[in-house]
Amino acid sequence: MVNIKINDIDLAVEENTTILQAARKLNINIPTLCHLSLHVANEKNHNSSCRICIVEVAGRRNLVPACSTYCQEGMDIKTHSLRVINARRTILELLLSDHPLECVTCDKNGVCILQNLAQKYGITDNPYKGELSKDNTEEGSIIKRNNAKCILCGACETVCSKVQTVSILGHRGRGFKTTIGPAFELSLENTPCTFCGQCVSVCPTGALTQTSSIGKVWKLLSDKTKHVVVQVAPAVRVALGELFDRPLGEVVTGKMVASLRRIGFEKVFDTDFAADVTVLEESHELLERLKEKKNLPILTSCCPGWINFIEHQFPDLVSIPSSCKSPHEMFGSLVKSYYAEKMGWDPKDIVVVSIMPCLAKKYEANRKELSQDGLKDVDYVLTTRELGKMIKEAGLNFNDLPDEDFDSPLGESSGAGVIFGSSGGVIEAALRQIQYDLTGEVKNIEFTNLHSLDGVKISEVDIAGNHLRIACASGLGNARYLLELIKSKKDHFDAIEIMACPGGCVSGGGQPFHKRKLSKTIVKARRDGLLSEDRNKSIRISSLNQQVNTLYKEYIGEIGGERAHKLLHTVFFSKEDE
Amino acid sequence: MERLKSFEEFLTLSKNLEGLLDIKKGNVDSDKYVISVCSGTGCQASESKEIVETFNKLIKENHLQDKVKCLISGCFGFCEKGPIVKISPDHAFYVKVRVEDCERIIKEHIIEHHTVEDLLYVNPLTNMRIRKQEDIPFYKKQHRIALRNCGFINPEDIKEYIASSGYSSLVKVLQSMTPEDVIKEVTDSGLRGRGGGGFPTGKKWALTRASNSEKKYVICNADEGDPGAFMDRSIMEGDPFSVIEAMTIGGYAIGSDEGVIYIRAEYPLAVGRLKIAIEQARKFGLLGKNILGTDFSFDIHIKFGAGAFVCGEETALIHSVEGERGEPTIKPPFPAVAGLFGKPTLVNNVETWANVPYIFNVGAKKFASIGTEKSKGTKVFALAGKINNVGLVEVPMGTTLREIIYDIGGGIKNNHKFKAAQTGGPSGGCIAEDNIDIPIDYDNLTSIGSMMGSGGLIVMDDTDCMVDIAKFYLGFTVEESCGKCTPCRIGNKRLYEILERICNGEGEEEDLEKLESLSNVIKDTALCGLGQSSPNPVLSTLKCFREEYEAHIKDKLCPAKKCKALARYHIDDNLCVGCGNCARKCPVEAIYKTDIKSKRNSKLFLYQIDDHKCIRCGTCESNCPLKAISL
Amino acid sequence: MADNQEKISANYKALDQFIEDNNYSSHDLIAVLHEAQRLFTYLPEEVQRHIAKKLSIPVSKVYGVVSFYSFFTMNKKGRFVINVCLGTACFVRGSDKILAEFEEQLGIKCGETTEDGKYTLTSLRCVGACGLAPVVQVNGKTYGNATVETVKEILAEYQEQ
Repeated sequence: MVNIKINDIDLAVEENTTILQAARKLNINIPTLCHLSLHVANEKNHNSSCRICIVEVAGRRNLVPACSTYCQEGMDIKTHSLRVINARRTILELLLSDHPLECVTCDKNGVCILQNLAQKYGITDNPYKGELSKDNTEEGSIIKRNNAKCILCGACETVCSKVQTVSILGHRGRGFKTTIGPAFELSLENTPCTFCGQCVSVCPTGALTQTSSIGKVWKLLSDKTKHVVVQVAPAVRVALGELFDRPLGEVVTGKMVASLRRIGFEKVFDTDFAADVTVLEESHELLERLKEKKNLPILTSCCPGWINFIEHQFPDLVSIPSSCKSPHEMFGSLVKSYYAEKMGWDPKDIVVVSIMPCLAKKYEANRKELSQDGLKDVDYVLTTRELGKMIKEAGLNFNDLPDEDFDSPLGESSGAGVIFGSSGGVIEAALRQIQYDLTGEVKNIEFTNLHSLDGVKISEVDIAGNHLRIACASGLGNARYLLELIKSKKDHFDAIEIMACPGGCVSGGGQPFHKRKLSKTIVKARRDGLLSEDRNKSIRISSLNQQVNTLYKEYIGEIGGERAHKLLHTVFFSKEDE
Repeated sequence: MERLKSFEEFLTLSKNLEGLLDIKKGNVDSDKYVISVCSGTGCQASESKEIVETFNKLIKENHLQDKVKCLISGCFGFCEKGPIVKISPDHAFYVKVRVEDCERIIKEHIIEHHTVEDLLYVNPLTNMRIRKQEDIPFYKKQHRIALRNCGFINPEDIKEYIASSGYSSLVKVLQSMTPEDVIKEVTDSGLRGRGGGGFPTGKKWALTRASNSEKKYVICNADEGDPGAFMDRSIMEGDPFSVIEAMTIGGYAIGSDEGVIYIRAEYPLAVGRLKIAIEQARKFGLLGKNILGTDFSFDIHIKFGAGAFVCGEETALIHSVEGERGEPTIKPPFPAVAGLFGKPTLVNNVETWANVPYIFNVGAKKFASIGTEKSKGTKVFALAGKINNVGLVEVPMGTTLREIIYDIGGGIKNNHKFKAAQTGGPSGGCIAEDNIDIPIDYDNLTSIGSMMGSGGLIVMDDTDCMVDIAKFYLGFTVEESCGKCTPCRIGNKRLYEILERICNGEGEEEDLEKLESLSNVIKDTALCGLGQSSPNPVLSTLKCFREEYEAHIKDKLCPAKKCKALARYHIDDNLCVGCGNCARKCPVEAIYKTDIKSKRNSKLFLYQIDDHKCIRCGTCESNCPLKAISL
Repeated sequence: MADNQEKISANYKALDQFIEDNNYSSHDLIAVLHEAQRLFTYLPEEVQRHIAKKLSIPVSKVYGVVSFYSFFTMNKKGRFVINVCLGTACFVRGSDKILAEFEEQLGIKCGETTEDGKYTLTSLRCVGACGLAPVVQVNGKTYGNATVETVKEILAEYQEQ
């Protein structure tokens, strides 16, 4: 133990405790900007570059950064002396002197950490007016990069290179003109960016935000010639409540459905329905491959960030993921075929909007191959954050809304579809289905060792004489690890689930901003929300979803059959040289 | 040459080489001559290469091969007077030698034994010619330790180095000392880092030794980046072996088998000399596996910098060696604990290393007898700016600025008045006249707001504007800041902008307070040494030359007439003949004809300048045939 | 044009050989970039991508390093590179005026190349020839004690070449 004194309070801490950690034990709030703990990914952005967390240590000539200075025996620390406060204020003034002061129109207004600190330290003036270091803005189709608002904390670079190992974002140039972005000042669209959106999640300011489709959706909602229908991914319902001050992880499905209806969507559907379809198609594919003992392992394909990753980084492996479209794309194509026929709507008049916890889904919706007869399966993707904004714009008092149910058909789902939103869920859903298909019953409904928040989970199960070795990875660095194992034939698996975001969709790039994003508490709460929804469902096996069965009976026919392939499956491309 | 496999073999070799430098030392009375031609970067820029070629051609033509040898040498330090040619054994010291002078030197000096009088140095005070190097005032007060071999040995011949007591330290260390003994000796010598902060070298060695690790590294920081400092380059060009020997001793002391010299790519000559030296040392068994047959192995390779001043900071340097952007990281962990590739690493700069073999040769006690109480030994300064004798000087710690500037430096150029001296480069500060008699050492310099830095010493005279100088250094820092931490990245830029405004006549009264408070926060909060010291030029000039800042702000005047925006051109009525040339050439029609008749030509009228229209381009000044227009 | 292509592919070959001979890995990125710039005279995007692949490092890292160090350039240089020393010793002896004169004479700013691809004008910090301050270098050849007047003379020397 190390004995220290903070603001005259004696404290004993373990060795290797930073001053910041020690102060938090005493509930002393030292501000931070660049420091970021990515608990879920076991990674830290900790370059002590912003200098906001500086504190005074008796005997030291200079102020030291609390985030990266370790407590030493006898340290006498002052976290809020006049010297410290003055220095902190000056540093904030400097940051703001190189920052466009357009807070009211900024996407991060209200959730910006810099804005928050400026308020806390009473910055009302800009005494160091001068040249702005950067001004190039990239209004990409998915991610909007506004370098002028970047404070060079490097959190995006850490998450992009260390957690996701795609290394698109990096420091460029030197000194005052340093920026962070892709090599050669390229736009993200021209790089192997996966659009996982984790950079957006960790950005403390408005430098990285999403390109919004809210305006376009509002416009379509007021177009009387269109049938605008909406579907919602599972992970949205356990995070949306955060935007309306509800407890972490609370399941707000009923209020969410009610608000979507009031916003004006003609039909409100559940992507979980399509997740059940995915389970049927994917487990069928797995059983086929197991039978032939060929092309194993099967890799899940419902995460578009992950698909972008494999297409660019492992182009020689693009034949092994399941050919299933991701659930919301299946859903879109079903709405524009099956449902259109049922309702007597012209598919051309249908607009499918997906509410997703994800930015890569925006990219995915624009993929050419995900369309039928020139009509996109999904027309627009909105994130959880965007939905929150629309609810507020519509003047709805979210907390007072009644709980409502999804529209039918395409509204029913099993618990297996719900757990898609959390790492391990897709494979668990498939295992339930395989058990049921092979044995006619499900002994193990929950695979609790797949519920953990670990980045890589490996498990073995025996089902009707089949010994299956399965793995889950969340976070693309972990995905890379598993793919290298397969590629080098160092390990064998039968099925692997991969999610681009650490923890799965619950911590997707489109989820509500949180000051300490990716902290285990949040991810765990959202995951528990999904697990409880699963447990509350009367059916927890996809093939018991009656509406799904009707769909197959009335329209698709065989699982894995011709029509299924046309509507529910896709192809992937090797994109090595892009 | 076979690898030396034992101490005995080395001792035999060094005995055989004993007479090698006799002529150069002037110990012998012989009819043989050695012509040493300075081949430092400065002199090479003035055709010293061609001079060597010419000498060799002449020697051949005159069949003097048996009698005369022409060799290159490292920098003599007296760069102002380069190229320098020294003739041994009689120590004749010729300055500003040109290719066409070679023939006379061969004919008159070598063949006819007369000194070529007009090539000797002239003492500007007495107008007397001085024949021998040691009699020139520039050298008189110097004490050369780090530069001991520079200008003396042939830097491309390890034998000359050995003949000049080279490698005797390493032999002594390997033969009779434990690593702990070695560290104690360095500690006792009181040697402090010559690259910047002045950290005690022995302590650094001890810390690195104490770190437990299979693998450790020794690094020589040769990324000399201070604008106006070139002592490290001169040492590597003139005495590369001393650095290599010292690193080998360092490797033995801390328990390392691998050394890295991190050097600026802009120093091609030094790189070449180091490469030759490393090759020769390997050949002689003084580098590589089992040095001199002992269990100790050590080798060195060279890594290039690529133009980043911040890489002089040791953590940034280490990242650069690792192939990364040279951004500093927070200390602790210090490199002594976790440095290159996470391993314990000993980083010293070139000049520090160059002192090490000397310490073991003469003993810590003798070394510690030189200098002041807390700063032992000598310091090399690159003397430049408005000074008569530009060059490299090495003086004992404790020498005053006055001695360096007036006795060694020969005073201020063109009889101008001394205004300030700047030490420590962009990290240092300006020293005004009132501190000119302070003995220079680490602590005194810090206490007057400057720092030792690597040893740049720039002299300024009354035509230098101190606000402009501060702006110059800040401009350098802004360009060289790595951009990692907020105070250095944005703070220095803002300091620069304020200085720019002041120089442009747009300064406001609160700017001085702003400069001061912002400077103090930057010092207090920046991540690395570069950032923490970057406001020093502002703070020190503000302290010593506040009235000059005030003149810029309040009176909109630059007392040194340096800042163009504050300059006012005016036409001297007594000189103007009314030719109108200025008005015709003025690009903005700021010059108009008055109705006052010229005193010198009653038919024509005087001209005047409208200060509001004038853009201070200076066209009128250069076009006035009578030089009637000035600032 | 064909000649040019041949030269470029020869440069790539030489670069690969250099990496192989020295058994270089990602840590030697800076040494590899030095060699690449020596061969190609500058570091265009394709060369950086090639190096990234060769050393198995992300291209963003290569670009990050190239854009950090002032020695590396992504712009093609002129046949004659004029370097004006702006080190302190040269600065206090008026090298800023000399740079301005070059800018005026060549009609380009510091860091730029003339349209005909003949001259590149750059500045650097201290070549270590402070005794000759102010100093100008053209393709490595040093001109000491430069003045505003000698700028014309220096340029005249390269007029015919």
